[in-house]
Amino acid sequence: MAMPSSEFTDTDTEHHSLITIIKPKKGWQVVDIKELFRYRDLLLFFVYRDIKVLYKQTVLGFAWAIINPVFNMLVFNFIGKMGRLAPGNVPYLPFLYVGLIPWTYFSNSVNMSSQSLITSSQILTKVYFPRLVIPLTPVISKLVDFAISFSVLIVLFIVYSNQITINLNILFLPLLIVLMVIAASGMGLWFSAMAIQYRDIKYAITFLTQILFFLTPIMYPISKFDSFGPVFKFCYSLYPMTGIEEGFRACLLGIGPMPWNLLLIGTASSIFIFVSGAFYFARMEKVFADVA
Amino acid sequence: MTNLAVRVENISKKYRIGAKEAKSETFVEAIMKLVKAPMTNFRKLQNLSNFRQEDEDDVIWALKDVTFDVKMGESVAIVGNNGAGKSTLLKILSKITDPTTGSVIIKGKISSLLEVGTGFHPDLTGRENVYLNGTILGMKKTEIDRKFDEIVDFSGVAKFVDTQVKRYSSGMRVRLAFAVAAFLEPDILIIDEVLAVGDLDFQRKCLGKMDDVAKSGRTVLFVSHNMAAVRNLCQRGIMLVNGKVTFTGGIEEVVSVYENNLNSNTIVNPDIFPLKAKGFAIQMNSLSSRIENTSDGADLYIEFELESGENFSILGVNFLIQTTDGQIISKILFKMADLYIKDFNTGKKTFTLVSKNINHFLAAGEYMYSVYINIPRAAKLIYAHQLGRFEIPGYDSYGFGTFFESAKHGIVPIPLKLEEA
Repeated sequence: MAMPSSEFTDTDTEHHSLITIIKPKKGWQVVDIKELFRYRDLLLFFVYRDIKVLYKQTVLGFAWAIINPVFNMLVFNFIGKMGRLAPGNVPYLPFLYVGLIPWTYFSNSVNMSSQSLITSSQILTKVYFPRLVIPLTPVISKLVDFAISFSVLIVLFIVYSNQITINLNILFLPLLIVLMVIAASGMGLWFSAMAIQYRDIKYAITFLTQILFFLTPIMYPISKFDSFGPVFKFCYSLYPMTGIEEGFRACLLGIGPMPWNLLLIGTASSIFIFVSGAFYFARMEKVFADVA
Repeated sequence: MTNLAVRVENISKKYRIGAKEAKSETFVEAIMKLVKAPMTNFRKLQNLSNFRQEDEDDVIWALKDVTFDVKMGESVAIVGNNGAGKSTLLKILSKITDPTTGSVIIKGKISSLLEVGTGFHPDLTGRENVYLNGTILGMKKTEIDRKFDEIVDFSGVAKFVDTQVKRYSSGMRVRLAFAVAAFLEPDILIIDEVLAVGDLDFQRKCLGKMDDVAKSGRTVLFVSHNMAAVRNLCQRGIMLVNGKVTFTGGIEEVVSVYENNLNSNTIVNPDIFPLKAKGFAIQMNSLSSRIENTSDGADLYIEFELESGENFSILGVNFLIQTTDGQIISKILFKMADLYIKDFNTGKKTFTLVSKNINHFLAAGEYMYSVYINIPRAAKLIYAHQLGRFEIPGYDSYGFGTFFESAKHGIVPIPLKLEEA
């Protein structure tokens, strides 16, 4: 990096000590965490805006956060029973609902995050701030919907109180939520940085979420794959949502022990997706304003 | 000892423009193209950000080797025609886009206003938008808390601060947005043409505020077409022409050089020529416009060169003027105004369309023009469609000291006076 020339003499250390050097960036970049931290208030207001605006001018408001998983639960109840996907040891409705809570969050936040740079292209070309704030916003704001959807779960717990017992595994729930957010952010970083240059991503994501839905153990427990080989099982556990889904059910419904194997591999791959996504994002960042 | 705030060194910026697509000649070729489309599209999208050495034909340099220094506390104007590279320069200085080569060193906190009200959300209230916009511009929440009352006060929309912004008039929105920007406290402020908004009263208020900023020892970089504002605010100017710095100096000099430059020739990009006719051996080799100021007004000259390989007994010239957003102002066909070229034989000839005192009929501002050549009632030959632009200088249409400008008053200064019965 070129040193600032000697003509930049420091007269007022408090104000003028900040020196910015703008140069063409080549190759891989590291995310400027310090700068991101300086702009934390911006992330806060973006999240606030998303939450405020989300259900504005709707009749049902935040009820929409519940309607979506509840109706999915009712529909999948039919399909799952027809296809004999339901596990025997636990009532199917709460089983489905607990699976749908993280899935709804994951698919919605990845979707919104992927589109986020495109929808903010107007801002991108007019003002500078760490671009990372944009795809991270929906990942955080969607947590509100996620939290709201727990209210239905409480109702289900009461209805099925004789068949479900809450156990100590529930203490691991925060861990699962963190993992879920990291996985969604990582995917969001990858897809948003790609989508702004290649608008194909938008179509690919709709299609990808559809496929992922069936691959994710939501309608069925992972034990359905018991007869498959170890290679398949390893690949399957690389997909972070596998462990998260099983984990949610172990936490909330007490079905079996916590799936630590799955979670460990899932955590490793989530962190890999997140870190590589951050690098890819930082690499592509410089062209966002030009291709938007 | 010199004290620099900004040092720009050999900045260049390359952009890719859409190159003409190869037309397929046969059915098989068309099918092949369709099959290959995903690959070509992918390469095209990828090339938006990558530049290889070989295909330089669809690349333009928005800026080329721009170098200048700005001293601390100085107010500098950047002037130039549309497309000269001013906005690109500001985008690089505000870190929105990277330069292709070169470097910039900036000392101190920098804020840029390339637009007022960036990120305003119509569904949020005025208060919420002040916070949102403020943080986008780089302020902290505590900083906005402290300045909030002042901001609202300056904007003059205090009564509606808890109303959704979508219920605001556009003027109110701009006021609020500018007020937020006005209370940024950067060491270096970059402003792009934001004053082109709001009513006169508010514009004056903004100019006053910017003057305060400049006088308080901050560094200001200002882009504007408004020469009065530029003169008022800045001590020094930098003139850009086609991405290069052509002149720097005291503000008076720069403004006068810029204004003279406006009247010189604008030659349409020579890469487009020759424009060939289909089925006839005739082509247009060049096209340019110039405005000549006279004591009376300003005259428009459109010059073009035709080259023919065969003899034409008669050709018609058609002329079209449009606003820059495409609205047709006048379309004059050869037969309406007797625009005929008679007995044009093999060889080259230059022709000029002349419109005397055009600024008596059209408001000051930028317009685009097209020239079409045809054989009357037989064939269309050459289409020089929307290739060129010219800028009509201001004219005091009514004689009371106000220039009639397209941005403010519309396109046509119709004759008007008030009579009493």
